[in-house]
Amino acid sequence: MAEAEPLPETGTPPADEIRDDEPVLGRHERYRGEYPIVVEGLRNSFGEQVIHEGLDLKVKRGEILGVVGGSGTGKSVLMRSIIGLQIPDAGHIDVFGRAITTGDPDDVVGVRNRWGVLFQGGALFSTLTVGENVEVPLKKFYPELSEELMHEIARYKVRLAGLPEEAATKFPSELSGGMKKRAGLARALALDPELLFLDEPTAGLDPIGAAAFDRLTRELKQTLGLTVFLITHDLDTLHEICDRVAVLADHKVIAVDTVPNLMKLDHPWIQEYFNGPRGRAALTAQALDELRKHMDMPIAANAVKALDNQRDGKA
Amino acid sequence: MERFASFEVTAGEGAGVRVALTGPWLVSTIGAVEGDLAGVDQTASSFDVSAITEIDTAGAWLISRAAETRGAAITGASERAERLIDAVAGLGSEGDISAPRAPLITRVTARMGEMIYNARSGVYGIIGFLGALLLAFGSLARSPRRFPVKAFVHQLELVGVSALPIIGLMSFLIGIVIAQQGAVQLAQFGAETLTVNLVGRITLRELGVLMTAIMVAGRSGSAFAAQIGTMKLTEEIDAMRTIGISPMEALVIPRILACVFMMIVLGFYSMVMAIIGGAAVGDLMLGIPFLTFLSRIQEVVPLYDLWVGLIKAPVFGLIVALAGCYHGMQVKGNSEEVGLRTTLAVVSAIFAVIVLDAFFAVFFTNVGWG
Repeated sequence: MAEAEPLPETGTPPADEIRDDEPVLGRHERYRGEYPIVVEGLRNSFGEQVIHEGLDLKVKRGEILGVVGGSGTGKSVLMRSIIGLQIPDAGHIDVFGRAITTGDPDDVVGVRNRWGVLFQGGALFSTLTVGENVEVPLKKFYPELSEELMHEIARYKVRLAGLPEEAATKFPSELSGGMKKRAGLARALALDPELLFLDEPTAGLDPIGAAAFDRLTRELKQTLGLTVFLITHDLDTLHEICDRVAVLADHKVIAVDTVPNLMKLDHPWIQEYFNGPRGRAALTAQALDELRKHMDMPIAANAVKALDNQRDGKA
Repeated sequence: MERFASFEVTAGEGAGVRVALTGPWLVSTIGAVEGDLAGVDQTASSFDVSAITEIDTAGAWLISRAAETRGAAITGASERAERLIDAVAGLGSEGDISAPRAPLITRVTARMGEMIYNARSGVYGIIGFLGALLLAFGSLARSPRRFPVKAFVHQLELVGVSALPIIGLMSFLIGIVIAQQGAVQLAQFGAETLTVNLVGRITLRELGVLMTAIMVAGRSGSAFAAQIGTMKLTEEIDAMRTIGISPMEALVIPRILACVFMMIVLGFYSMVMAIIGGAAVGDLMLGIPFLTFLSRIQEVVPLYDLWVGLIKAPVFGLIVALAGCYHGMQVKGNSEEVGLRTTLAVVSAIFAVIVLDAFFAVFFTNVGWG
């Protein structure tokens, strides 16, 4: 037996598992490129109705990119295209340098374990407990992990997502809306993804729950080094945690920038959105909040500057 | 860059051994070393993570757990490694992740108790439903202008007209089977001509209406339960109540009336189609001309056989519709319940129809309609 396993102590797998022809990223590497998501010339349509036309978008590594747009501008469709659930009519989508649209299915699976997706309703498997939900992707991609370690990983992921310990044994139907979102997040984080897709994570949460979820998202991004693609309608979320915001209108991304810079743009929808009563309220609240925190984050300074600029503009 | 997580154990200075970790320690790579790491000497005093190329929370978890159980220190952590190890530290918890399960004996007895208890509330529910239905009929009778004509006609179409093809085909085939099989058996006595009696009486008295009731239960009873159940889930029924529309009047009564009425029509239609099927077999296999078969039916089948069938039809229709609507109204909670209640509606309707049919058979024989 000892001869059969030459290096039991170091645990190096047999040499024949090492393949030199592995595509762009091996499973032992993290993505080092600058843009984990690159969308070029995307076109999506349902029958006669065109959703996207010539849409371009690049997401920087390590940022939280907020995606906003009116209802029906195709925010969710864009996300579904990027994660390969919606096959676009035309265009090119690269995720981690791998083509999603043209790559063969195995290649796509090569990136599927590098992202986590939180669907709008949580999309938890209702017949499994929260802990078992978190284990599903682990079992799918890394069956070699021991059962005990899988349970442990599932349990700490549940707590990492801000749920109490005992939530792991509960069924999704026993959880409140906010807890379901967190459970969905725990499952999205199951594989330690580098890229996290959040579809309206704070929709339907009370303001306290929404703020807590925003905080959690930012903390996780900082600790785990995530890149976050965040679809939202929540102006507070945009001001609080997004590094940049992409605005969807007229079938494409009309602007990608920080919130203060976006507010300077002269597009009617953007003006309406950020400078409408709700936008201003969110901005003021955020600015005051940040002032109190002694401006220890760069975005705080930006927000206050934006507020000042606006006052100047009005004066 | 190294592709695999690995570690080396060296005798360190002082008491314990020193474990030096190298390579990427990611969720994708730790599976290979997990078992070996657990086997490392319990006296290990330090885990050196300075040579790790990549780390994620799963790797951090594995390392910090290994160090913790041995009381060892983690040294040489990079900024990211330290951050992750800190993040997962203190998140450990004991216990299973599957839902707690009581022992078998408790579950069996609990389940039986629950069923008996539920039977009581089931009886209450049915009586309450019938009462509410009677009240709704009463109030409709007093103000007949409120009768939901449109919904009623729509249900007539759904329950009756759109069921014509399938019920026709089914009955036709049943007629064929009875005639063909009957003829084979009767031929042993040289009595093939009695096939006409067999087909005529069995379809009019029993099979026409019974098979139709089963088909309507499967088609419409299930639809009633699923529709009303979904409307309950989406709070449409509550919305109706707040607007002042009685769901009993608007949803249940048109369905029940449509089902009762259409069962009579469909039952008769089914009998006709079955006789046509039998006549077709008679014409092709037994040498009884088609029209002769039909006129023989008139002679050998007493008229009360038709009444036996047609009296049962509305009763079966009422049972099927009641079961569908009742179970639909009982839905609460989640979408799983809709499926459960739909199944229950169909099963209980078919069961009740067959039991009642047995009673009817005895009853009609005793009153001399044998």
